[in-house]
Order: sequence, then structure tokens, then C-alpha cells
Amino acid sequence: MKIKLLDIACARSGDKGDSSNIGIAFESEEVYHWAVEKVTPNKVKDHLKGIAKSEIVRYELPNLLSLNFIIKGSLEGGGSDSLLHDAQGKTHAQLVLLMDIEVPDFFSKYIYTIPDLEK
Amino acid sequence: MKKTINIANGQGFWGDSIDAPKKLINNKILDYLTLDYLAEVTMAIMQKQYHKSADRGYAHDFVEFVSNSVDQILENNIKIITNAGGVNPYTCAEEIKSKTNDELKIAVVEGDNIIDKIDEYIDSGIKFDNLDNGKDILEIRDKICSANIYIDSFVVAEALKHNPNIVLGGRITDPGLVVGPCLHEFGWDKKDYNKIAAATVAGHILECGAQCTGGNHTRWWEVENFVDIGYPIVSISDNALFDIHKDSKSGGLINKLTVTEQLLYEMGDPRRYLSPDVTVDFTSINLEDTNNNKVSVSNVKGMAPTDTYKVAVNYISGYKANGKLTVTAPYAKEKATKIGQVIIDRLKNNGIIFDDYKIDYIGYNSCSAQSLPVNDNSNEITVSISVKDKVRSKIERFSKEIAPLITNGPPGITGFAGGRPKVQEVISYWPTLIPKDIVKTNVRIY
Repeated sequence: MKIKLLDIACARSGDKGDSSNIGIAFESEEVYHWAVEKVTPNKVKDHLKGIAKSEIVRYELPNLLSLNFIIKGSLEGGGSDSLLHDAQGKTHAQLVLLMDIEVPDFFSKYIYTIPDLEK
Repeated sequence: MKKTINIANGQGFWGDSIDAPKKLINNKILDYLTLDYLAEVTMAIMQKQYHKSADRGYAHDFVEFVSNSVDQILENNIKIITNAGGVNPYTCAEEIKSKTNDELKIAVVEGDNIIDKIDEYIDSGIKFDNLDNGKDILEIRDKICSANIYIDSFVVAEALKHNPNIVLGGRITDPGLVVGPCLHEFGWDKKDYNKIAAATVAGHILECGAQCTGGNHTRWWEVENFVDIGYPIVSISDNALFDIHKDSKSGGLINKLTVTEQLLYEMGDPRRYLSPDVTVDFTSINLEDTNNNKVSVSNVKGMAPTDTYKVAVNYISGYKANGKLTVTAPYAKEKATKIGQVIIDRLKNNGIIFDDYKIDYIGYNSCSAQSLPVNDNSNEITVSISVKDKVRSKIERFSKEIAPLITNGPPGITGFAGGRPKVQEVISYWPTLIPKDIVKTNVRIY
């Protein structure tokens, strides 16, 4: 089944000098272990085209069911040096949550239902 | 010795809510209120203000808050721990004293600011190589505009021994504003690494204010009452177990996910989170959600700190400006592209070529780059042009080249109410280290 990362995860991003970091948090052991296998640095790099232009490092935090990605060089100098509109990578987490992913059908029980926000 | 102390944070950065501290100072359960005003670039801005006028260089918002809250500070017996002093905590303290009829005792923490000593240190052979790229500080020596050590939290505890109403520092670490009171109240030893690590994690969760209570949360639609969002409170005990919660009448949301998001914020290697007090392993932390806007934190593991302090050096590396114009359909993207190119080409024809420039299309892909599908039929786009150069006059010339497009460019351009773009200095960050044994910190009472 094809879903977006947003359907099974939360995320937050910020700056680490010239790089941004994106922390992605899951809600169950099963989904976390799936993510360790499938949400790889290469997968994130493919998705963040034009942002992740260099190396991506990933750290695992099994206690928090979370993965931490360092998107090296994504802030083009960072801080006051950067000419980017988002010089601190504040939006990178929201962008990564829009990544398309393929999950097993039984993951439907883990999918978070987003309410109708237009109401 | 108290069993449990309550510490709130009412400020995540300089420019955060001015209402949050005012609300928290009325919360009688609090023992401490921390206010964090500093980011990397803030010190450079404050140092520049201090150069212009020796009575500036600190967070003036703080003076205003304290001046209007003397009665509550005294009545509720809440001690304030803050880095609002910036590069000039002395004038900040004097200003508070004069505006409050000398009713408050202030302990100023000093020793972080080494702008006047850094030349001497460099001459004596200290390296100050750039932590990110290994470059030699001699490359930027003559451009340095601020240099501050992230000092340890033990000096905050030292300051609290004098029983002040306010501990006022410069570059105390953000988590240190929470660690300091814990060291003071519980008398932990320097080698109680797990306990100090727990207090550091508490400080990390609190340091960005409402970012752990529903602010910036992925599932923002679950957050109740953003208007009156509560700022975080930590209740921490001598055994270093703690709860994150907020005033029950306030808005916001605290659960495992809001706290986890904040734990991951600005995180590098989670097994080696370096502070001057302790090295923390973030893969040890256990969170428990009590389903009542409260999360309990336990099992934090720490190790010995490194033998160096981090130093934030800033230097002026050039100038920059940003100009924006908004254009509508039909052909919004095509017109936006034309506008950007015309401005750059006109400058080029005047012999002006920049070290670096960037043209972004806000509302189209200025943040998302090529990661998301774009709407080629946008109703409107804001063209954002940023230029950077070592030569100030080139940037000044750029700022005069934006407005003419309204009448001599493609049709339907608006959004120039703000006037010509302002020329800004580019303040570059140079993270480095200093051996701990040569650093002297001190407490001065006002």
C-alpha cells in the first residue's frame, strides 16, 4: 500500500551550522523497525531533491522510536551566511513527511487519520 | 533541601512571546523561571550594539519585564535565571537596579565573554581551529566581532548561593539555565553524571519554550488553544526523575510526540550530546505519557564531559540584502523569472557582479526546491532576490534596483510598501574550543 510518511510519523527539523537535522518519530516498535530498514539516507536524499545535495548521516534512537538525519551542507553556509529563504531548515521536516512510501497492507492499523482541516 | 523543584521557561529566543514570562511569574508553584534570549548570532548583534553605545548589548525586553514584575517576583519568591545579559550584563543589572528602586538582588555571572582576551590567547598559542572545517583562526582574526565561551552550570549554582532574585549571565548554555538550579538545590557532585545528564535533558526540552508544548508540532490540529499556549514547566526531584507539564488552564499540548520532537530538535549524534557539564546519551532516555498533558522522563545516562569548552566566535564576512516583489497571474512564474533576471542583468550592465546571489520564488518552490511537484499555474508568486558581497557599495546599488521594475518591468507587480531593502552585515559563525583549565568564571553581586 502506498502512503505518505506523514500518515505514520511526526518530524521536526532545525539547523546544525551548515547542515540541517530532521528528527522523525514513529509510534510503534513495528513501524520503527520497518523504518530502520526502509527510510534510508538514500531514500531521503532522493526525495529532498535540490536540498540534500551532499552526504546524509542517519542515527537511530530505538528508545524514542526515532531516526535522526543530518542533511550535510543543506543550508548553504547556514545562519547569517546563507541566502536561502529557509536558512535554518525549519521546513525540511514538513517536506520529508510528504515522501511517498510503500508499506505492508497490515500497516493500515498504524495509519493516523488526519481530520478534515478545511472545516 | 527540597524534594522537588518547579522550573518554567518563558522565553526560547530573543523575540519570543512577551506575554509568556508575565503569565508564568504569577504561577505560585514555581521556584524558578528561566528566560533564554540567546542564539549563535545574537551575541554578535549585541556586541555590535555595545560598540555603538556602551550602555547597550543586552536583551532590553528583559529589563522591561522585570521592572513591571517586581511585586510578583518578591511575593511569589520566584528566582529568575537568564542569559539576557548578553555581552553587557553589568549595565543590564544596573539598569534593573535603577528601575526597581534597588528592590532586587542580582548575581551576575561573568567569564564567558573573551572578546578582549582572544588576541592574547591566539598569541599565546591557543589554536581556535574551526570545528566544522578545520580552518585556522588567523584567516579571520582581524574581522572577529564577538567571542563567547559556553560556560558550565556550576557557576550558576555558585551564583544561587548568594540568594539573589535574579541570576544574570551572558553565554550560559541554554540547558544550563535549568541545570544550575538543580545543582544548587540538590547539591549534586560534579561526577553525578546521570543526574546532571537528566537535568540537561530537562533543559533541552524546555529551552525552546513552547516547542515542547504544542508549538511547531506536526499534528498541529490536535493542539488546543494556540492563542493562550502554555509554556513548559519541569518538576524535577533529587533523584533526577522529572515531569514536563504546563499550567492546566493554558492551551497547547504535551504528549510523547511533542516531547520527542523537541528532544530531536537541533540534534547531532544522539549518543554524544556535549555540554560543558556532562556528555549525554539521548538513546538512554525513557518517556512515559500520562495522558494528561504530562510526560515523565527517566533513565537518562550521562558520561564525563570533555576537557574543553565550546566557544562561539562571530566575524563580519561581508554584506547582503534581500528584495521582494509580488506578481500575479497570468503567467506568474514566467513574469517572476523575468523580473529576477532583469534585475541581475541591469546590475551586470553597470559592472556589478556579486560574490553570490539567489533568486527564489516564494509560493512556488522557495523552500521545497525540487522535492515536491510545483503548480505551474500559480495565482501569485513573490520573487525574492538575495545578494551577498564583500563590497558594501555593490549591495547598496542593488537595493536601488528593485522598485523600478514596478513601472519598467512586466505587468502586475506589487508588494513594495517596505521601501528599499536594507543592507545588512553578514555575520559568520566560527565554532571552536578552548581548554577548560584556562577559563575563569566569577560571580558579581549587584
